[in-house]
Amino acid sequence: MTPAIQLIEATKKYGSFEALKSVSFAIEAGSLVAMLGPNGAGKTTSINLMLGLRRPTSGRALIFGEDPRRIATRQRFGAMLQESGVPQLLKVTELVQMFRSYYPKPLPTDLVIKLAGLEEKANTQVKDLSGGQTQRLYFALAICGDPEILFLDEPTVGMDVEGRRAFLSAIRDFSAKGKTILLTTHYLEEADELAQRVLVIDRGNVIADGSPQEIKSRVAGSKISFTSSAPVDAAALKDLPVSTSDVADHRVTLMTNDPQTVLRELFRRNIDMSNLEVRGADLEEAFLSLTGGH
Amino acid sequence: MARIFLMQTRAEMLKFWRVPAFGFFSLGMPLIIFAFFGLRQATQPLYPHAAITVGMYVMASMAAYTVGNVMVFSFGMALAIERGQKQDVLLRASPLPPSIYVLAKVVNAAVFALVALVVLFLFAHFAASVNLGLDTWATLAGRLLLGSIPFIGLGLGFGYLVGPNAAPAVINFVYLPIAFASGIFIPVNQLPDFIRGLAPYLPLHPFVELGWNAIGFPTDRSVSTDILYLLVYAVGFFALAVWAYRRDTAAKFA
Repeated sequence: MTPAIQLIEATKKYGSFEALKSVSFAIEAGSLVAMLGPNGAGKTTSINLMLGLRRPTSGRALIFGEDPRRIATRQRFGAMLQESGVPQLLKVTELVQMFRSYYPKPLPTDLVIKLAGLEEKANTQVKDLSGGQTQRLYFALAICGDPEILFLDEPTVGMDVEGRRAFLSAIRDFSAKGKTILLTTHYLEEADELAQRVLVIDRGNVIADGSPQEIKSRVAGSKISFTSSAPVDAAALKDLPVSTSDVADHRVTLMTNDPQTVLRELFRRNIDMSNLEVRGADLEEAFLSLTGGH
Repeated sequence: MARIFLMQTRAEMLKFWRVPAFGFFSLGMPLIIFAFFGLRQATQPLYPHAAITVGMYVMASMAAYTVGNVMVFSFGMALAIERGQKQDVLLRASPLPPSIYVLAKVVNAAVFALVALVVLFLFAHFAASVNLGLDTWATLAGRLLLGSIPFIGLGLGFGYLVGPNAAPAVINFVYLPIAFASGIFIPVNQLPDFIRGLAPYLPLHPFVELGWNAIGFPTDRSVSTDILYLLVYAVGFFALAVWAYRRDTAAKFA
């Protein structure tokens, strides 16, 4: 069967900067996939190639095996973009009706507004919506054509906790109807909560591709750092369950998924530690552990 | 296809009419200028033994000014604002055919220009006793609406070249002097010498001549020559618009 979404050795250069480096992957119809990566990793560039908003410098981007720039292909997907706007003086309902007319078999306007949780704002002009409500309006515009594929670029940015929960459940409902969904995020927990498959992107490369469980097991969740009064010998840190270790003279930084064991081991080895700090790794650090440092 | 065109045109009109300042400016300015130039001696012959009156002549001039202004401003401003708010990005990812997008804007601008003309005609009729046959009113409106096509191209060009904040100033800075130099406010023979030589070749000159000719004013050039000039300008302005569009999209969507 033709994959719903396909990048084939897609490279994108902006001037001399290579935002995407010969990336290939296929997404089967009906799957819910998250693209995870830090800012500037190439997530939005990938989405833009798939939507036909940008052309690959080399390689190809295909939707159901077709060029995404064709109108007939575009009728098969809806998109929620990070940086885009809509007419500020139109009301929510009017805008949904306008976008519905672009598709051959759209969902009823009332249903779209309900799915996006905008019932109370249906007659409000876009300029009077809050940030979270605007995000939900973009979601309404993405789903109103009842498309086979949904592209969601950082969909939960600007949403409050309540709005986010309702939104994630709306995405799950859409997925349950057999739709293909590709979303980008830089939150591992969001990818974990939603997706069946996670593509990890870093510096223009796909560096991991697997189930959320597989990805989580490979990402270091904690960061341990301490200062030692004497320079630490690399041998003293041998055989610890850490993914990366960084010894800069007196300062030691360890990335691990098993902080308890590492700490127990450090104490047992009698390593002199002051300013000991253990905290959850942020995404940037977690990625470093995936890529094995630079 | 009919439905998408209807919905798109409806959306264009809704957002257009919700900017009262633009409506007021486009409908009100021509009336104010008409009041300045056309109300005094409105019923006097334009020149000795002329069949047309001062009121008719100024009304035809203002009609051309109005339609040209609506086309340049509505396209120039709308596109500059849409680009400024990145509305073009989402539309480009959507299945909206570009032809429908442009066509809806053309219909909206034409309807608005027609409304502005009717308001001007009524004002001229009741305030300045401008009396014309229904066929003459219709000929005047029809000629100006069709003849305004080059100014759509000029508006599109502005829209892709200028940012949303600078657009009103830049468009006025270009449109108003051209309107003056083309003889819309002051007859060409009363303009300074160096402009008089230039006037016949400015884009609004053949356009306003179409209007003058419709009410019976003996214009320097024939209607077919004026149309030829407008065609040349249409080609030039649409070429400018295409160039500006490519320049804009090459940066964002390459």
